[in-house]
Amino acid sequence: MQAPSDHALVHCRNLSKFFDGAAAVSGLDFDIPSGSCFGLLGPNGAGKTTTLRMLLGQSPRSGGTLEVFGKDIDLNRRQIRQCTGIVPQADNLDPDFTVAENLHMYGSYFRIDKTQLEQRVPSLLELVELASRADDRIDTLSGGMKRRLTLARSLVNDPKLLVLDEPTTGLDPQARHMIWSLIHQMKRNGKTILLTTHYMEEAERLCDELMIIDNGSLLAQGSPAELIRRHCESDVLEIRGKAPRSAVESLPSSCRTERAGDSLYIYSDDAKPLLELGQSHPDVACLHRHSGLEDVFLRLTGRELRG
Amino acid sequence: MKIAPLPLLRVESLAVWRRNALVWRRLMGASVLLHFGEPLLYLLGLGYGLGRFVGEMAGMPYFTFLASGFIAWSAMNVASMESMWSVYTRMVPQQTYEAILATPAEVDDIVIGELLWCATKSLISGGAILAVAAILGAVHDWTAIFALPAIFLTGLCFAAPGLIVTAFAKGYEYFNFYMTLVLTPMFILCGVFYPISTLPLPMQSAVQLLPLTHAVQIIRPIVVGQPITNLWLHLVSLLVFGVLATWVASALIRRRLIK
Repeated sequence: MQAPSDHALVHCRNLSKFFDGAAAVSGLDFDIPSGSCFGLLGPNGAGKTTTLRMLLGQSPRSGGTLEVFGKDIDLNRRQIRQCTGIVPQADNLDPDFTVAENLHMYGSYFRIDKTQLEQRVPSLLELVELASRADDRIDTLSGGMKRRLTLARSLVNDPKLLVLDEPTTGLDPQARHMIWSLIHQMKRNGKTILLTTHYMEEAERLCDELMIIDNGSLLAQGSPAELIRRHCESDVLEIRGKAPRSAVESLPSSCRTERAGDSLYIYSDDAKPLLELGQSHPDVACLHRHSGLEDVFLRLTGRELRG
Repeated sequence: MKIAPLPLLRVESLAVWRRNALVWRRLMGASVLLHFGEPLLYLLGLGYGLGRFVGEMAGMPYFTFLASGFIAWSAMNVASMESMWSVYTRMVPQQTYEAILATPAEVDDIVIGELLWCATKSLISGGAILAVAAILGAVHDWTAIFALPAIFLTGLCFAAPGLIVTAFAKGYEYFNFYMTLVLTPMFILCGVFYPISTLPLPMQSAVQLLPLTHAVQIIRPIVVGQPITNLWLHLVSLLVFGVLATWVASALIRRRLIK
């Protein structure tokens, strides 16, 4: 267990949640330092959203201690959410209002007065490049625009902590890159970010620290580079289709092989045997690369499909 | 279920009320037409048509009797509809509450905001019928405007049980049971069409347990300019019913929204 850091914005120990006796989250310990981007990774149903909901006081926890901004969540739900911005997994913009009205309306739930909102809303729409759509209805927006608007909405109260639940799921690459650059900008502006995702590239780009969970329990924690170093060999050769048996059998014992679908993955800390195998079998479709977070993730959470 | 405190009025509840009011304002044209048109049709058709055969009822023209009863019925009906169909829409398909619960607002703020909004719609609808009745000469004098707070209270009283039904609802069709089994019997039995004194004696006592009876007993005398008999009995009945239902509604909506 790590020592609680003084400037941790979120501090939780032994955080647990049971639904009808079944553990959705069991015994999570983590601190999110102020100004950092913290990633919560895990397959579908791992307990990511449940953890976020407990952090926001939207779901009572079954056990453990949980402090946000140094305050106990049970007694300070309203104050904590007053300083937090949330991008939920599913869009829940208000379809009865226009783009700009959505931000005004949301601001009113934070008791932000009208004159302040009149200044803030146009600049937020500018930030997410939706100024020209200010008077359009929500149902005319594309998926990417809705996500951007939801991000703008989460900033309406100028939060210290930004909670993003799968912010880029279902978006095209252009929209995803735009969201990433906005998140980077938020980080530069000193906001603390808590992000869930199952895109490893996203986690590698954005997060200072990661936690991989499955079945509600911690599997690994650390910076992306640390996790790769700790849980995976440095290099991998990916062979698509049928791999020549003789070549695989001739690999040194330091190599680890894994099969997934119709691909064979050969992991090794030494690139040489991998490169040699590739060169000696030019007819085999193979790819040599450095290991990434995805390799760590699949190693820790297994390759079988999730419901 | 833990015993929850009775929800209180907060700024966040007013923000929820304001949200609904702004949406309503956008669709006001159709809504006003409905609020004025429907009672006008009913009053003219039933009040004048039936009134010609009935003549007087409880010492007043049947048209006047019916108009004053309709005001109370409409307060019940509008608040019930809003607290079921509209609240369900905001709660389930639109996920409006999910978004609001990510702000400092809590479930109780949503419950109170929605109750106030439902009662406001009762006020709009009941007020419209009152205006139509006044134009058609069924209102005694200007003191009839004192019916407005009673209409609002009636709206609150019926919005809360509506929320209770919504807290259990799995779909819109669920509400038809409540309409048919609870609201329609009250519409027929609680003195909207005829004085409850014409019911068999055991029935007279039974309908005292139904809140619409008390709403009619307060609203009708105010509209037609008669003294209210047993004002406190009716008022306290409505208040007790409303407060209890609000308390239960807030606990059940919380159970539905907070997992």
